[in-house]
Amino acid sequence: MTTNTPDTANDNKWIGKRTIRPDGADKVTGRAAYAADTTMPGMIWGKVLRSPHPHARIKSIDTSKAEVHPGVKAVMTAKDIVNFPIEKSVMLGIQDMRWMCRNVMAREKALFAGHPVAAVAATTEKIAAEACKLIVVEYEVLPFVIDVEEAMKPEAPILHDFIRFKDKPSNIAGTLEHRLGDIGEGFAKADIVIERSFRTQPVHQGYIEPHACLVSVSDGKATVWSSSQGQFMVRAMCAYLTGLPQNDIRAIPAEIGGGFGGKTIIYLEPLALILAKKSGRPVKMTMSRAEVFHASGPTSGSYSTVKLGATRDGKLVAAQGTFCLQAGALPGSPIRGAAGCAFAPYDIPNVHSFGYDVVSNRSKVAAYRAPGAPIGAYAVECVMDEVAEALKMDPLDFRLKNAAKQGTKAAHGPVYPRIGFVETIEEARKHAHYTTPLPKAGKGMLYGRGVASGFWFNAGGESSAQVNINEDGTVVVITGHPDIGGSRAATANITAELLGIDYKKVSVLIGDTSVIGFSNLTGGSRVTYASAMVVTQSTERVITQLRERAAKIWKIDPDAVVWENGEARPAGDNAGKFEPLSLGQIAAQASATGGPIGAGQQLNTMGAEGGFATHVCDVEVDPDLGIVRVLRYTAVQDVGRAIHPSYVEGQIQGGAAQGIGWALSEEYIFNKDGKLDNPSFLDYRMPVSSDLPMLDSVILEIPNPKHPQGVRGVGEVPLVPPLAAISNAVYDALGRRFYSLPMSPPKVLATMDMAAE
Amino acid sequence: MAKLHVSTTINGEPQEFLCDADQSMLDVLRGPLGLTGAKEGCGTGDCGACTITLNGRIVCSCLMLAAEAEGQQIGTIEGMAGEELHPLQQKFLESAALQCGICTPGVLMAAKALLEKNPDPTEHEVRFWLAGNLCRCTGYDKIIRAVMDTAADMRAAR
Repeated sequence: MTTNTPDTANDNKWIGKRTIRPDGADKVTGRAAYAADTTMPGMIWGKVLRSPHPHARIKSIDTSKAEVHPGVKAVMTAKDIVNFPIEKSVMLGIQDMRWMCRNVMAREKALFAGHPVAAVAATTEKIAAEACKLIVVEYEVLPFVIDVEEAMKPEAPILHDFIRFKDKPSNIAGTLEHRLGDIGEGFAKADIVIERSFRTQPVHQGYIEPHACLVSVSDGKATVWSSSQGQFMVRAMCAYLTGLPQNDIRAIPAEIGGGFGGKTIIYLEPLALILAKKSGRPVKMTMSRAEVFHASGPTSGSYSTVKLGATRDGKLVAAQGTFCLQAGALPGSPIRGAAGCAFAPYDIPNVHSFGYDVVSNRSKVAAYRAPGAPIGAYAVECVMDEVAEALKMDPLDFRLKNAAKQGTKAAHGPVYPRIGFVETIEEARKHAHYTTPLPKAGKGMLYGRGVASGFWFNAGGESSAQVNINEDGTVVVITGHPDIGGSRAATANITAELLGIDYKKVSVLIGDTSVIGFSNLTGGSRVTYASAMVVTQSTERVITQLRERAAKIWKIDPDAVVWENGEARPAGDNAGKFEPLSLGQIAAQASATGGPIGAGQQLNTMGAEGGFATHVCDVEVDPDLGIVRVLRYTAVQDVGRAIHPSYVEGQIQGGAAQGIGWALSEEYIFNKDGKLDNPSFLDYRMPVSSDLPMLDSVILEIPNPKHPQGVRGVGEVPLVPPLAAISNAVYDALGRRFYSLPMSPPKVLATMDMAAE
Repeated sequence: MAKLHVSTTINGEPQEFLCDADQSMLDVLRGPLGLTGAKEGCGTGDCGACTITLNGRIVCSCLMLAAEAEGQQIGTIEGMAGEELHPLQQKFLESAALQCGICTPGVLMAAKALLEKNPDPTEHEVRFWLAGNLCRCTGYDKIIRAVMDTAADMRAAR
């Protein structure tokens, strides 16, 4: 049995402690209210009619029969949504409202099978579904293209006439390039050059909670309850797409049942809002699991080529990568993550990294945990393994020799400050996992070990917090980020630590858009990073007030008061002799000393620094059945500072598990009609508990010097290395390399058969 | 079609409801009965988020017709804690065995049924018993540990 990292508390009382999350009891008793759990008096149900065709011009939509169907209260189409002309970009964060208005409902064309074309609200779900069938849509069916390589060919069906590449209509919607040095000169110096191409399939974020929302419109003002990674994003996008001003929309974050990036955009909310406005009734909408698969998320499928050059002594001298990513029906694939993160772990003097954003007839991609980075790392880390083998070097030694450190100039821009990548490799190399020999092949089974590393940018951005002291000396902290995996516990740890009080005296709430200041998405591994900064500054202001209040009571100068262990004390003998005043004692006298005690802070947080990880994986391969089983998995990551180690480990373990699914079993399978053939959890095979071993997470803490607690961000890096770590392990077992994911049993068998012939 | 009248027992309390013949137990629990602790993750019996017990055996309530509850004993997550949390619930909190929490009610219902049947399960047995409960956040590590640790605590307390 593996063990987890012990408490990282050091001298701290709460930071680094495994406290019980404030929202925990509600979540283990079934009381926590997720988006689909909310109801309202008079509520009716909305349903979406979706295109059966992957690509079709919409000639007409006749909703007249549906409108008069008994029980139907409202019908809507794209006509009811604000139209953003195709020529002009309207950006909200990284999302373009031109695409968003066409993604939530097809306008000129249906661009994927499952694309919404109309929506109905009726007194029951059943009636709404029946009424959808009464809507007559006249389609002109067009040729379609799904695969990224096919979509890039000159003869491919074109999705959007306005997209041009090299002066011709194209599905290539954008490119991104990073250059460092001169790769021509670099490769000329190389003794070994290896170039390989790789393919990955689209994979879904796989959150267990389908998208859901409830919207009420009263006196022109809308209240939106929904499951999202950002209530402010919901408010802004609903405002853009419905034309309501932001002050007329209140977005309330329900508890969120998983997102992994997939809930950083909206699908149902503007439809429900429009239906609610039209019907005068609160409207609830939920997606079925099939709708989630057909029409939300996933991340890109890809085709990548990576070339690495190294000298005989094991130094990388040049790297070139081309990463072609499916965007889905509308532009916006994560080429920045793929092309930017791919070579980021290494000190390579000459780099050229190029990304293509390619549209095709499947649902528009949404962010998925370190968007794009796993795709880039998969290609690079597999070639790294081949180069190490050609050099007869241990793959970790090879990585260590080329590891980026403080001062390394990365191809995607920065010169690194203090980073912890070297430490992750060193830790992996001496870990019991890496030093323990693999089982010997036997009973028909083959065994292999693989390693891989990975990088993610991490992110700062806008956050707001308010810290209020209650009359009894307890504390309420409000932040603006949906808590997707324990961030309330981290916030409580920080506040309790700074105030020097018991963790249980701190409540942490997630404010809705009318309660707390603007806070950007729960995404980019930014929540604990950014909320720690605003919570810290708010709490420091509160402490200043507490010192002032004590000074007032004692009639001394505030500078002569210190705050220690939850109490105000005179700074020294010169300040006077007074019994310490506790937070509770000061709070009880707040009215007499100046009024309520509390403070807030709002920042565009800066100084987020990248995170690095190194993973080790052992697999067992059954060559007769083609089944690959992960036997042992160890993930080492520099997190900067683990505010709550259990939830840090949880992020690392969860990311590794998603990577195992991506590598071995998950894929979107499109049939010859361009429709997804496996839109269910039965056929889209995510890892279940019997598929996995314990997942060992090793937390390294090399503090981020730009953060008050040293936090770097945790959640996304863990999905970056697994694809290659597992692929390299399968090679080690079989002596045969795979250049395409998933390494599912049929593919493993086919490759083995090819080898036998 | 006329609604069916069903008399059943939910979490030890007598309960009556009306339902359509084709309505699922999950729909009735979440709708008219207001017991939203059971979640719909798939509606096809693949994710286990709607797990309840029917006469002590775990079932996916999305695959059970509400009419089948007639005269039977139903258990839901809302009935798991008494005045204090069930040891599994407490251990899940202490072990951070949940992140988003959407799968947690189903996992807890399944785990409780396992420990009632087998107070000393191996890791292998826990993993296969819970294989019908998808969790996308945790990688299962902390869930499996929490179930095994609870089993050990409950054995020691006996």
